[in-house]
Amino acid sequence: MHIMYFTEQPMSAYPAEEGLKFGATALMFPNTHFDPVAGSRLYNEFIEQYKLAEAVGFDGIMLNEHHNAPFCMQAKANIFASILAAITERVKIVILGNPLPLSENPVRIAEELAMIDMISKGRLVSGFVRGGGQEQLATGVNPAYNRERFEEAHDLITRTWTQPGPFRFEGNHYHNRVVNPWAVPLQKPHPRIWIPGVISKETVIWAARHRYPYIALNTTVEQTNRIWELYDRTAEEVGFTSGPEYHGYLKQVHVAETDEKAIENARQFTWMQGEFTGLAHPVWSTPSGYSSPEQRRGFVEFSIGRGSSPRRRPSFEEQIRDNMIIAGKPETVIAKLRQVMEQTRPGIMSLWANDGFISQQDSLTCIRLLGQEVLPAMREAAKELDLKSPFEAETPVSLEFSQDLRPRPAAAE
Amino acid sequence: MAETIAWQESLVPVAGLQLRLRRAGKGPPLLVLHRDTGTLEQLPAYAELARHFELLLPEHPGYGQSERPTWMRSTRDLAMVHRWLLAELGLPKAALLGLGFGGWIAAEMASMAPLDPAQLILVGPMGIRPPEGVILDQALVSHIDYARAGFHDQAAFDALYGADPSTDQLVEWDICREMNYRIAWKPYMHSLTLPHLLGGVRAPTLLLWGAEDRVVPLAAAERWRQAMPRAQGETVAGCGHCVEMEKPAELVRLVTTFAQRG
Repeated sequence: MHIMYFTEQPMSAYPAEEGLKFGATALMFPNTHFDPVAGSRLYNEFIEQYKLAEAVGFDGIMLNEHHNAPFCMQAKANIFASILAAITERVKIVILGNPLPLSENPVRIAEELAMIDMISKGRLVSGFVRGGGQEQLATGVNPAYNRERFEEAHDLITRTWTQPGPFRFEGNHYHNRVVNPWAVPLQKPHPRIWIPGVISKETVIWAARHRYPYIALNTTVEQTNRIWELYDRTAEEVGFTSGPEYHGYLKQVHVAETDEKAIENARQFTWMQGEFTGLAHPVWSTPSGYSSPEQRRGFVEFSIGRGSSPRRRPSFEEQIRDNMIIAGKPETVIAKLRQVMEQTRPGIMSLWANDGFISQQDSLTCIRLLGQEVLPAMREAAKELDLKSPFEAETPVSLEFSQDLRPRPAAAE
Repeated sequence: MAETIAWQESLVPVAGLQLRLRRAGKGPPLLVLHRDTGTLEQLPAYAELARHFELLLPEHPGYGQSERPTWMRSTRDLAMVHRWLLAELGLPKAALLGLGFGGWIAAEMASMAPLDPAQLILVGPMGIRPPEGVILDQALVSHIDYARAGFHDQAAFDALYGADPSTDQLVEWDICREMNYRIAWKPYMHSLTLPHLLGGVRAPTLLLWGAEDRVVPLAAAERWRQAMPRAQGETVAGCGHCVEMEKPAELVRLVTTFAQRG
């Protein structure tokens, strides 16, 4: 099993009452509430957390990116990935992921990632995402072409990594006269690509068709298993057998010395759960054309309060009860994680351990306890349950670079 | 004022698409180009205009029940489809009545064939960047708030859409919105080249604006007059962006008076 540390890097030092007064904390919540002095302190605290996570035995550090919101301070995941490439020695640097449609030049992303891969001596895992709805608005990118841009940018990046340059690329959204960057990845044929996601079936199918592991982001056990069913069925269709090595799971997990303290801190996870991306106007988080047409009715109803959010999260107590949030002293957390591992059988797990206003001291304690007590128990359980990571299973990086595909059944006459 | 209208409905194949076209009335042909929020089936203004004109009301490709052209990338493309439609109908010289976003389409159509339209009537047209203020960004407001912003008098909105519009209406607005994004996302709801292409238009032109327009600032009218110095300007007092829905009698009066003179 591959186990990662994750924090969303919250800008927790903003005045919360201002957010409540404004009615949203994303996209349009004025950045006059951002305090760069606190920002500077927090960025450096996150670096300290990452260093400790490596020291206590995590296999990877997961990074992400969001814009115009206090719940995530990373406006460019590649910047933190670059820092980790230089200051860590062993952990995989797992970007989940670069929001491809936001880029006007995917070759630039390919170059940056190649540099990170070389500087880290081949430790990059390069995830790709579509970016949240309000990310499209924050960067002025057309939400109606989000998926087209995602797929086209992906094709351009993987070609840039694997096809000798120079070559020319003429797509519908990207047009590159000369593709010939003098930075190519160290890992061959290219760094592993993992695809994170929440509710979009199209993305699950797309990931499976490319043989990229899919990382379910903080979904319920039931949702997660439904995602695996879809993924595994698609995998069979394209000629490989899926399993834990293609299944990743991000879980909110906080550990403290006592159950009481852990539960108290874990309440901070609800800090950013007003909606998928914090307290956001639903129109911003789901611009027209961003989601698949089958979700149109649900989203327009939700947008005026006629329906509940398709991404709605239950109360904190329910989330604790249903293991959506796992919190407690190490023994408590180990037992619950074991249960979740049995129920969902992932080969990749990301522990979203600290969020909101959890103090730096408590965050570091959490990481230490995870490393000392929880990780060894998880590894033991993973061995027992035969939950292998893509690295342990030595899976090919993609369908394109697979040599073990079953012949596809011939179409019926 | 007449309230309803008996439309003759058909699907017209244009540019590989099936365009939904409604026709009614007798008189010189008037192509009505609807808003970025689509159009209701019935409007008092339509019923009244049908007494003076042969009304042609297509649904833009990608809006309402007209098929979406996945290839379409600009409002100019959309204008070309409507020129094709007029050619198909054998009515290349139909007068054009463009409402808001439809005004932009009408202006594009006129710029493509400067001698053709019998008259050009633009009601609070989008399409040119206002010198002051900006065209209201629908991406940041709910469907209902955006539609309501078109009205100075909210009672007029309630009378047409209901105080609490149906989910079907919301879905329709969302489909419109998606198509708006597909063709007019950046620059948002305007063209940087259109102002330079309008000088050749020979059609008598009426520029009509609600004095209380919160969607396209009245300041934009100044840029339109610079681009089309021969255009006649009219402002409707106490009226928002959607003149045909909020002050239908006033709109019909101005349009028919102008058309008779033109």
